[in-house]
Amino acid sequence: MLHSIRVRRSQGWQFIPDVRKADPKGFRGLPHVSAVPCAEGCAACRDVCPTGAIALEPFRLDLGLCIFCGECADVCPQQKIEFTSDYKMAALNPADLICLDGAKTMTPVTANATFKKLFGRSLKLRQVSAGGCNGCELELNAAANVNFDMGRWGIDWVASPRHADGLVLSGPVTVNMAKALRLAWDGIPAPKLVIAVGACAISGAPYQDSPVIDRSFLGEFTPQLYVPGCPPHPLTFVNGLLDLLGVAK
Amino acid sequence: MTTVQSQAPVVLARCADLPRLPAAEFTRTLAQRVGAGARLLTYYGRPGDAEDEVTLTAALIDAGGLHLLRGVAVRDHSVYAITKDLPQFQAYEREIHEQHGLGFPGHPWLKPLRFEGKNLGRMDDYGFYQIDGKEVHEVNVGPIHAGVIEPGCFRFSCHGEVVYHLEIHNGYQHRGVEQLLLQRPLGHLPALVERIAGDSSIAYAWSHARAIEALAGVEVPDEVELIRGVALELERIAVHLGSLSGLLNDIGFLQGSATYGRIRTAAINASMRACGSRFGRDWLRPGGVRAGITPALVADLQKTLRELATDVGECNALTIESRTVQHRFKGAGIVTTDEAREIGLVGMHARTSGIDMDMRTILPGRAFLEHQITSVIESTGDCWARMMLRIREIDESLKWIFGVFKRHAELPRSRAAITALAPDSLAIAVTEGWRGPIVHAIETDAAGKLRHYKVQDPSLLNWFGLALAVRNNEISDFPICNKSFDLSYAGNDL
Repeated sequence: MLHSIRVRRSQGWQFIPDVRKADPKGFRGLPHVSAVPCAEGCAACRDVCPTGAIALEPFRLDLGLCIFCGECADVCPQQKIEFTSDYKMAALNPADLICLDGAKTMTPVTANATFKKLFGRSLKLRQVSAGGCNGCELELNAAANVNFDMGRWGIDWVASPRHADGLVLSGPVTVNMAKALRLAWDGIPAPKLVIAVGACAISGAPYQDSPVIDRSFLGEFTPQLYVPGCPPHPLTFVNGLLDLLGVAK
Repeated sequence: MTTVQSQAPVVLARCADLPRLPAAEFTRTLAQRVGAGARLLTYYGRPGDAEDEVTLTAALIDAGGLHLLRGVAVRDHSVYAITKDLPQFQAYEREIHEQHGLGFPGHPWLKPLRFEGKNLGRMDDYGFYQIDGKEVHEVNVGPIHAGVIEPGCFRFSCHGEVVYHLEIHNGYQHRGVEQLLLQRPLGHLPALVERIAGDSSIAYAWSHARAIEALAGVEVPDEVELIRGVALELERIAVHLGSLSGLLNDIGFLQGSATYGRIRTAAINASMRACGSRFGRDWLRPGGVRAGITPALVADLQKTLRELATDVGECNALTIESRTVQHRFKGAGIVTTDEAREIGLVGMHARTSGIDMDMRTILPGRAFLEHQITSVIESTGDCWARMMLRIREIDESLKWIFGVFKRHAELPRSRAAITALAPDSLAIAVTEGWRGPIVHAIETDAAGKLRHYKVQDPSLLNWFGLALAVRNNEISDFPICNKSFDLSYAGNDL
């Protein structure tokens, strides 16, 4: 008992007091794309991108496809792309995930009045991994640990879909998992929401061209929040949720 | 048979130099050599050189290092089931059967491994193994589990609370990785490889790099190998801390769980400061690394890891002396040394059953030759052993990293271009990830393009260990048995 108290004292408080103003040092997050024109005929960034996230003329970088490897920034002779440690990247729709030439900021996630009323003080989520590599799953678990502590806003993981207000999807949705995903979704009582977490869930990348994935679920049920990353930082996930729910700053 | 330098974790051969043994001779030789004590690293098939052929490849480790053995079978025909004599072949033969249609008469059960190919999407058609008896009942768990974790299905046959048998039904995570690896340009592969089993990104990236570098004839500087070693041990420390946190959560020892969990944050944030990703993704590349370890980063890592060591020590003492932890873990979910050897467990799950098997000491490569690491062995084979091994391995990894920094004030970045791969060649590389050996086998065609890519996660073999561990245990102990194994679904399902 005394030992336990001693350890507790020495460990101190570990939670991040303000998750909106954290500083994840070194994190390769939101890319800033400068307005510097591309070198004549250069397509180095597009060619090096392993998920086809970049299109040229005009320049477009889709964070829904991006796995944040940073290779594009390495190869650009104009140093047009720079990855920053900004983790606020969640978006309400896929169009908001596109970084255009010279664009520097994300369209902020605005509060949804219905969700705020229903879930603003308690949001229970059922996570389903449908082909996730365990990267997203580990970071989603971390969102509930003592550092990020999303439980302080009443946001928790639950075991049963019956107890859930929403489904948090990771993975590109494999053929072998499509039915189980659908069953979990059907088990959640309405009103309910879907949140797509990670490049795989948002776009299928890096498995977008696999013949053994089946993304019809996402064709049928449009996510209310997109959380980009590979895997997304817990701060990206938590901030996206707080913005969606309109939780006071 | 071909050998390279005896302690290298990679073997390279020109396919033309590998004798193509007829299937019967191949299986007889393979069984004899493994029966005589050689360690089986991998055994797999690929579409053959002729339309109706399947090429079989095995990699073995003996005192002389890594060796290759190659055979040729006829498609849709039968091959001798070595599993009958040596059960450790069971998963390999099931995979070859599922991927290439070869029959293995006498194999006890050629159950689908990951429901690919003609089995795709047939998750519900599958008939589970059943035990008859009036008082035997079945419990199904999954594919979606209670926690935030990957999917897989467990079916228990129980008598009251006692588990007679656990059948593991995987494949839900199958994404067609091996096929995708052949469709993409070489430069796009590392990013995909790191995302096969995302909790072992470094180990996967290193195996891939080793195989590609062997095929390209590129030798990276020692410093690059050491950076990779530091990355690998950081990954091991972080995942072991996360597993300890999960294990203690499953027995309601919440202070230990929360504390290990938050110490893990410190470890993965250190990786993030080194390379931009908390999981070390996109740090290693064939030909080198994308980020070096500067003197400032050495100082940062030393400080972070010294603090981490203190915190871990405190939490270890609290955990080990706790009677509730001892009571729940000691004697639960035992895999004996004989069982582990018989079913061919690898990596940490072999070591927790008393088998000294660690690629960092068997095939150390330059990083672990220059700075040796002590292999940790636990002999009791229970959940306690699987907890203690993690605790002790964290200490060994910390020691190893401190040892590297004692002799190197910095480790500069370098990255050589990979231009062309040797044609008609096969490279098989292995890296001891935190679970165990990650094997990548890459074969090129006459133009030097990839013709076959085989990925093997230790989970392929070790899932069967979990099935044995829970036998005759109470079903209520399944969560701790499962968490103590902490196997990869995505790595098995590919």
